Amino acid sequence: MLPRPFRVVATRRETHDTMTLELESLDGEGLSFAPGQFTMLQAFGVGEVPISISGDPAGPGRLVHTIRDVGGVTRALCRAREGDVLGVRGPYGRGWGVSDGAGGDVLVIAGGIGLAPLRAAVLEVAASRDRFGRVHVLHGARTEADVLFGDELVGWAAGSDIEVAIIVDRAATSWTGRVGLVTELLGGASFDAERTLALVCGPEVMMRFVAAGLVARGVPPDRVRLSLERNMRCGVGLCGHCQLREYLLCVDGPVLSLDAVRQQLGVREL
Amino acid sequence: MRSLQDLLAEHPFFAGLDESTVSMLVGCSVNVHYRAGEYLFHEGEPADRLFVVRRGRVALDVHAPGQPEMVVDTVDEGGVVGWSWLVPPYRWFFDARAVQEVSAVAVDATCLRAKCDEDPALGYALMQRVAGVMYHRLQSARVRLLDLYGAGRAG
Amino acid sequence: MTTAEPADVEPAVTLDLDGLQELVDLLAGQGYTVLGPTVRQGAVVPGRVVSLDDLPRGWGDTQEPGSYRLRRRDDEALFGYAADAISWKSVLFPSRELVWAGTRTPDGGFSIHSEEGSGGLGDPPYAVLGIRACDLHAVAIHDRVLRERAHPDVHYEARRKDAFLVTVSCSDPSGTCFCVSMGTGPRADAGYDLALTELLGDQHTFLARAGTERGAELLAQLGPRPAEVGEVRAADEVVERSTQRMGRTMDTTDIRTLLYDNAEHPRWDDVASRCLSCGNCTMVCPTCFCTSTEDHTSLSGEGTEHWRIWDSCFTSDFSYLHGGSVRSSTRSRYRQWMTHKLASWIDQFGTSGCVGCGRCLTWCPVGIDITEEVAAIRADPQPPPGPGEGG
Repeated sequence: MLPRPFRVVATRRETHDTMTLELESLDGEGLSFAPGQFTMLQAFGVGEVPISISGDPAGPGRLVHTIRDVGGVTRALCRAREGDVLGVRGPYGRGWGVSDGAGGDVLVIAGGIGLAPLRAAVLEVAASRDRFGRVHVLHGARTEADVLFGDELVGWAAGSDIEVAIIVDRAATSWTGRVGLVTELLGGASFDAERTLALVCGPEVMMRFVAAGLVARGVPPDRVRLSLERNMRCGVGLCGHCQLREYLLCVDGPVLSLDAVRQQLGVREL
Repeated sequence: MRSLQDLLAEHPFFAGLDESTVSMLVGCSVNVHYRAGEYLFHEGEPADRLFVVRRGRVALDVHAPGQPEMVVDTVDEGGVVGWSWLVPPYRWFFDARAVQEVSAVAVDATCLRAKCDEDPALGYALMQRVAGVMYHRLQSARVRLLDLYGAGRAG
Repeated sequence: MTTAEPADVEPAVTLDLDGLQELVDLLAGQGYTVLGPTVRQGAVVPGRVVSLDDLPRGWGDTQEPGSYRLRRRDDEALFGYAADAISWKSVLFPSRELVWAGTRTPDGGFSIHSEEGSGGLGDPPYAVLGIRACDLHAVAIHDRVLRERAHPDVHYEARRKDAFLVTVSCSDPSGTCFCVSMGTGPRADAGYDLALTELLGDQHTFLARAGTERGAELLAQLGPRPAEVGEVRAADEVVERSTQRMGRTMDTTDIRTLLYDNAEHPRWDDVASRCLSCGNCTMVCPTCFCTSTEDHTSLSGEGTEHWRIWDSCFTSDFSYLHGGSVRSSTRSRYRQWMTHKLASWIDQFGTSGCVGCGRCLTWCPVGIDITEEVAAIRADPQPPPGPGEGG
């Protein structure tokens, strides 16, 4: 349970408030993970927060985190420079279970920073593309400046036989893409609903509406997976903070299927 | 070159209308084309047409002094643009601009309103479709109003 | 579990006061930090025990929702109170625990080492003389929550693992007790090294039974005489009387479904209008385990300490998430605590989280009674209409 020291070997600014950090462990052991898992990332002397792993599961030697600056600790993490050492505990949590989508179609629906944990899932799919049917990545962002991994999205569409659609809440007139809500992208995606695995991550309100749209299209609720988020202090099921009724999101989640959490998501302030 | 009858009949907005109803609408319609960057209409102008988008993308823009012009909605093929012809004072609320080359069928509003007055059944059928599209547009707008991806919010 | 003796128990023996003191001395001699109930600042709280005089001789307690008073008994009972004001959670799972300390290294990194904390009452191994059945169950619950996990709490493990537990049956339950409803008392049936029942007959004696091998060994060293039939019966009567004198009851039938289905019950608004969200209940509850972490950095920035501290789901930022708290209303926080304690706990850990000790009633400044809240919902359930469609 002690943090392992990892050195920052590369940083990349993704948007005005989001940074990607690439880390390598000082002990050379790397970190194997399943897409959808997270680590407790420690800014020495500042604090520790849960951050989804956004890197390639096939490359455990380099730990990649995409972090949005939303508070004291994430701000310190976003300001990390090459050579800085951070503490890492993990990986923790239940991941997307991408291989459950083999033999069918896969929908990856990401709102905002939600694309970060889903990037790892897309990379896993792309690595064995022929195991899956049609693969869609639907990404909603606030504005065109907030679209995450834009170049990579283009690359997936061009080189990995993945259909990518992007929509933003509003845009400058230089934007030639779609404007609207991410749920509107479902209409243009063709997939065999009954044999589809849908992976959804974003603000909880967005996930509720996307889930409703998916169910309306005929995707079985136990094939809709959401990555839920609550306050986390320990990441290992001991501190009690991340409870969503009976679920400890750090242990039972963060990925849970819609049928398991439908009732809970419908209760205000649960 | 397809007939207006065919173009309208196969458009999702008119799905379910019978042949004679569609041909009534044909009487109010004309094919239109816009190059990328051209405006279909501007805020404040008389709202006189319903645009049935067959190909391309239309952006609804709002301009304000001192701020960059913003796109608040886009409509792609299969969608319809323009509702202000339905509600007095029949003036366009936003600018509508072709993002790419746009092919559409423009249905004249005066003609359309007259036909609806004559034939309430047609009027009802059209209003059902209008209400359906507005329902989804309103939901979309309301949820975006929450600014879920905004600073200080999850996501 | 409560009154009937299990069939396969160790034979009972009898200790007198000298024997009990000898027990304390033996434990101290074996290197245990011997702790027991003591009277301090008008309450019975855990403290160091060297002699029997350190115990609350002749003291009882009067507890009601929102009220705790010590009272002088008319006998010399050493364990004549109901439940200690502070539970043994504070010893095995202290409110502040240093988890690790680290220093920056010249190459820009940092080195971390785990710390062995020391408690305010002394270092482990602990011998606890006088833990009640309800609190023994709470320890068992904490064992499940903090030890039997994929990532156990190593600090709890360190304090708990060699703890020698001597339980004393409850002879004088209070107005807030409901261990019988929760199946946790007034006499313990497992989880102890030694079990005592205090007998205040012609002589002041203790019926004693071993619950473990090391308990039996220690008992053998005291050379006690076998208990007479009458003494065993007297002990049973003490327990039976306690069973009949519970201050409260709670019907736990299908309580998980009851609370899950009534998440929008108007009773939550009712209790929220009284609840101060002060968190006392979580502090005194022997099973509450929520914690948070604090990083304390030296002024130079070269050293950092990472502490684990008690936290309470009643604090406004317990559920903080990017710009706001998920549970911003008192209503939602009270519902969270009670539903977790009585319902979700069952899904998470296989038992109820409540042991019926009554402390949350006693120490609530406005006297909220969890048994009453459950009864109110049970009397008038209001599940939501139709199947839940939250998605």
